Amino acid sequence: MSIFIDKGTRLIVQGITGRDGSFHAKQMMEYGTQVVGGVTPGKGGQMFEGTVPIFNTVAAAVAATGANTTVIYVPPMFAADAIMEAADAGLQLIVAITEGVPVLDMTRVHPFVKERGVRLIGPNCPGLITPGASKVGIIPGRICTPGPVGVVSRSGTLTYEIVYQLTRAGIGQTTCVGIGGDPINGTNFIDCLAAFEADPATKAVCMMGEIGGTDEQEAAEFVRTRMTKPVVGFIAGQTAPPGRRMGHAGAIISGSSGTAAEKVAAFEAAGMGVAKRPIDFVDLIRARLK
Amino acid sequence: MNIHEYQAKEILRALGVPIPAGEVATTADEAEAIARRIGSQVVVKAQVHAGGRGKAGGVKLARTPEEAREKAAAILGMEIKGLVVQKVLVTAASDIASEAYVGIILDRATKKPVFMVSPAGGIDIEEVAATTPEKILKLPIDTRYGLQPYQAMRLGFFLYEDLTKARAAAKIMGQLYTAFMQSGCSLAEINPLIVDTAGQVVALDAKMGIDDNELDRRPAMAALRDESAEEPSEVAARNANLTFIKLDGNVGCCVNGAGLAMATMDLVKYYGGDPANFLDIGGSSNPEKVVNALRIITSDPNVKCILFNIFGGITRTDDVANGIVTATKQNPLKVPIVIRLTGTNEEIAMKILAENGFAASSDMDEAVRKAVSLATGGKAA
Repeated sequence: MSIFIDKGTRLIVQGITGRDGSFHAKQMMEYGTQVVGGVTPGKGGQMFEGTVPIFNTVAAAVAATGANTTVIYVPPMFAADAIMEAADAGLQLIVAITEGVPVLDMTRVHPFVKERGVRLIGPNCPGLITPGASKVGIIPGRICTPGPVGVVSRSGTLTYEIVYQLTRAGIGQTTCVGIGGDPINGTNFIDCLAAFEADPATKAVCMMGEIGGTDEQEAAEFVRTRMTKPVVGFIAGQTAPPGRRMGHAGAIISGSSGTAAEKVAAFEAAGMGVAKRPIDFVDLIRARLK
Repeated sequence: MNIHEYQAKEILRALGVPIPAGEVATTADEAEAIARRIGSQVVVKAQVHAGGRGKAGGVKLARTPEEAREKAAAILGMEIKGLVVQKVLVTAASDIASEAYVGIILDRATKKPVFMVSPAGGIDIEEVAATTPEKILKLPIDTRYGLQPYQAMRLGFFLYEDLTKARAAAKIMGQLYTAFMQSGCSLAEINPLIVDTAGQVVALDAKMGIDDNELDRRPAMAALRDESAEEPSEVAARNANLTFIKLDGNVGCCVNGAGLAMATMDLVKYYGGDPANFLDIGGSSNPEKVVNALRIITSDPNVKCILFNIFGGITRTDDVANGIVTATKQNPLKVPIVIRLTGTNEEIAMKILAENGFAASSDMDEAVRKAVSLATGGKAA
């Protein structure tokens, strides 16, 4: 079992002929993901890698392939339109990898996808992977292994680091989800925690947060009141100076509600395990799986 | 990206917001000439990307053009929060009857731009929020429909009971919202919005922050960037497509990915060290990026040790290894370097490094401990 994606995921790739899109489409195919189509306007009718049909529009791709999921690699100025096109075509899961999407664009996109009942993950995220079954996005497949731990994170390479350390210690994962670091994104910690709580295969959850915003505090409250499964948390940016943007648009401390100390305190108040270093996840999770 | 008060005011003035006459000056002579043209008492205001200008002595009233010259001479070159004042705004002084706060911020929680207005203006809005939250009205705006007239009037009436003033304020709300959307802002603020002794509603100060992701499609906004008002190393990093923030420690960090970069800094601290910087070389690294990153890190005289932490996903670790070799051939290092890399093409990277006399580790904790120990002369970790 898993959350959001599994062997039944039928994926199209928006921007499949671009530099990033083509590279990662191949990686996903090699991993075993069912890539059933691609979209690049003007290249409809061509084939990608000789096996995957390319379409001019998402609607045409869905009609021809029965896809249920899309992954988006289009340039940032076109990402909002690509997400809305996918939502309008009836896809149920949209994963937007694109980094640098203007936040004001997302203020229009967010209600658009919500009103259609569609799940959006990202933008500016590494996507997700259900080890051994399906990978949608850019998380390196070889660092993951199947097992009982759900992983949800706001960052990319930090997620790889922690998943890699879990895997090296023999602790596998149900699904690893990178929700992205932008101020407005489609799926938040609580969405993922609720899905992991409902997934019978997931026995414990790792959650990697960052400074900025209050998502982690709200997630901690959710853990306290709604979850039966153990959750271990980590906050990146304990040494970041206030008021400075640390690469992720999200990672900025504003006022008193975004500091690492406040988030760690919320985790502790919710009875969660708190990893002080990435490596601490291994022992904390192992103790909770016993 | 932040823009200066005078730039924000020009944007708002063009949209019709009432703003006192004023011009920017880079010399005391210019400041005097502007004050003469304005022909009344003026305020000389430092133009720097820092709050608390008034408290730092960067805002002064001048009764005569000669006095404007003196004040400008004192303020130009002054240092406010580490930034040297290069420009002053010389603007007509106003007689203030009351002060209000008006702002729009992109809010993560509601996922919308949110208007924040308060009749208790002029002071720290954070303080108002903490002590008298009932004096703040927050109103999220659905950008698909924009600010509606009834919403603008609600904001106006929250500030002023008098209909004429409420209407004047509502009009300014609309203009500020237009500026926010047209400029691609993440923040736009008028603080204070005043009523002067003649009963006019006027914007006395303005602040705008632009979402960096907007700059590619808004060249007019990108052109407002004032590099002379920024930390030089951060300018160099941005021009090299790196995200860099200078800090006060002595372990120079070079990492791929913002989350891992922050976690690396935290680990440096955990083991008793102090990071000299935040530096994210981003996803698809090429050797050139690494060369630039090393140049920026080594230009900081505080750096006693350099720490690379690379987790290769999209980033190819052999690219990073080649970059380290190239950079250190061009400019031999004067401080020790500790390299941790793992992931894509790790074997090739390790070979390149070994052939060029570098040791590398694949373990993050081990590398950070070593870097801290080298930077502190073996005292910590």
